[in-house]
Amino acid sequence: MSTPHVLLGLLAGGTKHGYDLKRAHDERLPQARPLAYGQVYATLGRLVRDGLVAPAGQERLAGPDRTAYALTEEGRDALDLWLSTVEPPMPHVNSTLFAKVVVALLVADVTRARTYLIAQRRAHTDRLRELTALKTNPTATVDDVVAADYAIAHLDADLRWLHTTLDRVADWHREVHR
Amino acid sequence: MTQLQARGLVRSYGPTPALRGITMEVAEGEIVAVTGPSGCGKSTLLHCLAGILRPDAGEVAWRGHRIDTWSEAARSRLRRTEFGVLFQFGQLVAELTAAENVALPLLLAGTGRRAARTAALTWLDRFGVAELADVRPGEMSGGQQQRCATARALVTEPRVLFADEPTGSLDTLTGEQVLTQLVRLAREQRTTVVLITHEPRIAAYADREIVLRDGVIDHTGLGLDAAPVTGGVR
Repeated sequence: MSTPHVLLGLLAGGTKHGYDLKRAHDERLPQARPLAYGQVYATLGRLVRDGLVAPAGQERLAGPDRTAYALTEEGRDALDLWLSTVEPPMPHVNSTLFAKVVVALLVADVTRARTYLIAQRRAHTDRLRELTALKTNPTATVDDVVAADYAIAHLDADLRWLHTTLDRVADWHREVHR
Repeated sequence: MTQLQARGLVRSYGPTPALRGITMEVAEGEIVAVTGPSGCGKSTLLHCLAGILRPDAGEVAWRGHRIDTWSEAARSRLRRTEFGVLFQFGQLVAELTAAENVALPLLLAGTGRRAARTAALTWLDRFGVAELADVRPGEMSGGQQQRCATARALVTEPRVLFADEPTGSLDTLTGEQVLTQLVRLAREQRTTVVLITHEPRIAAYADREIVLRDGVIDHTGLGLDAAPVTGGVR
C-alpha cells in the first residue's frame, strides 16, 4: 500500500495534523495494519520536502502545539495521477504462501507439503469465519464491511487454490523430482 | 441437546455409491456447513437427514427418535412441522402470490387462513420483501424469489432448517444479504441449520464445517482434526 498517497487522500478534504491523520487512516482502513505515529510524521516530512504537502499553522488543543498540514497544488496533482493509474493486475506470483508450498515440495515429501497445506487451509478458514462474523455483526460500519469483503475475497481465492493444489500435490512432487 | 444424528449412513443410486458410511451429529441451535466437491454426496446427505430419502443402511435420528424407519407420511409430517427445507432455486408455487406461498406450510399444518397470512406478512417483512406480498413469482427477480422462499422455509419456525446451496443462484451481494438475514434469524430462534455449499465464503457463516469427499467425511478437512477416529461426531 502507498502510505504517502493515502495521506494525500486523507488531506484532500481539508487540513489535518498528524494525530488526526493516524486516526482517520485507521478508521477508513480498518483491516489494514494500524499506522504508527512515527510513520505518519516521517511520511509527512517527505511529503513536505517534495512540495506535496505544506504546514498550515499551529494548533493547540490540550498538550503541545500541533502542526496542521494541507495539500499543495502539486500534492493534488500527484494524488489525481495516482488515482487515475491502473494497478498492474498481479504481474508476479510472489506470495509467501505460494513460495512456501514450492519450497516444501523441493525439500520435503508429499506428506510434509500436504500437512502444510492442510494447516494453512485451517488457518485461512478460521480467519474467513472471523471476518464473516465481523461484517455480519449488526454494529459493523460500511468501512468494516468493505474492508472485510476485500479480505474475504482474497482468502476465498487462496482457499480455492489450496483445495485444488492439495489434489495436485502428488503429481507436482513427481514432476519436481523427476 | 443433539438435534440430528446420523450413524453409518450408506446410500447408492443403482451401482453408484453416494454415501459410504457417514456418522455425524448436529447440536440444537448449531449451524453446520456441509462442503465438498461436486458429486461428493452433500445433497444426498441432506436428503437423508431431512427424511426425504431413506438410507440403504445406517440410521438417522432427530432428537433421539430414529426417523429413517418411519413411514413416508410420518416423515412428511415431520418436514411440515419441525423441519424447513430451502433449495437453490426457491421452488415457489408459480400460481400463488408471495404471501400465499409463505403461508402455505402453515395452512398445510392446520393454521387458520387469517393467522397464516399475518405470519406470512411478518416473515416477508423480515426479509425486506413485504411490498411483494401480492406479487406472483414470475414478476419477481431471482433475489426476491429466494427471499420469499427463505421466509417460507422459516415461517413454521422449524427446529431444523435444511438449506441446499440457498444462495447458489444469486449474485454475491444479494446472496450475502439473504444468508446474513437467514443466519441472524436462525440464531435468534436457536434454529439448527444444515447448510450445503461448495463455497468457502458461504461455509464461513456456519459454526462448523463438515467436509465430504467421495461419500465419506474427510477428516483432514477443516476443523475436524478433533473428531474421533470412529466418525465425524463432534
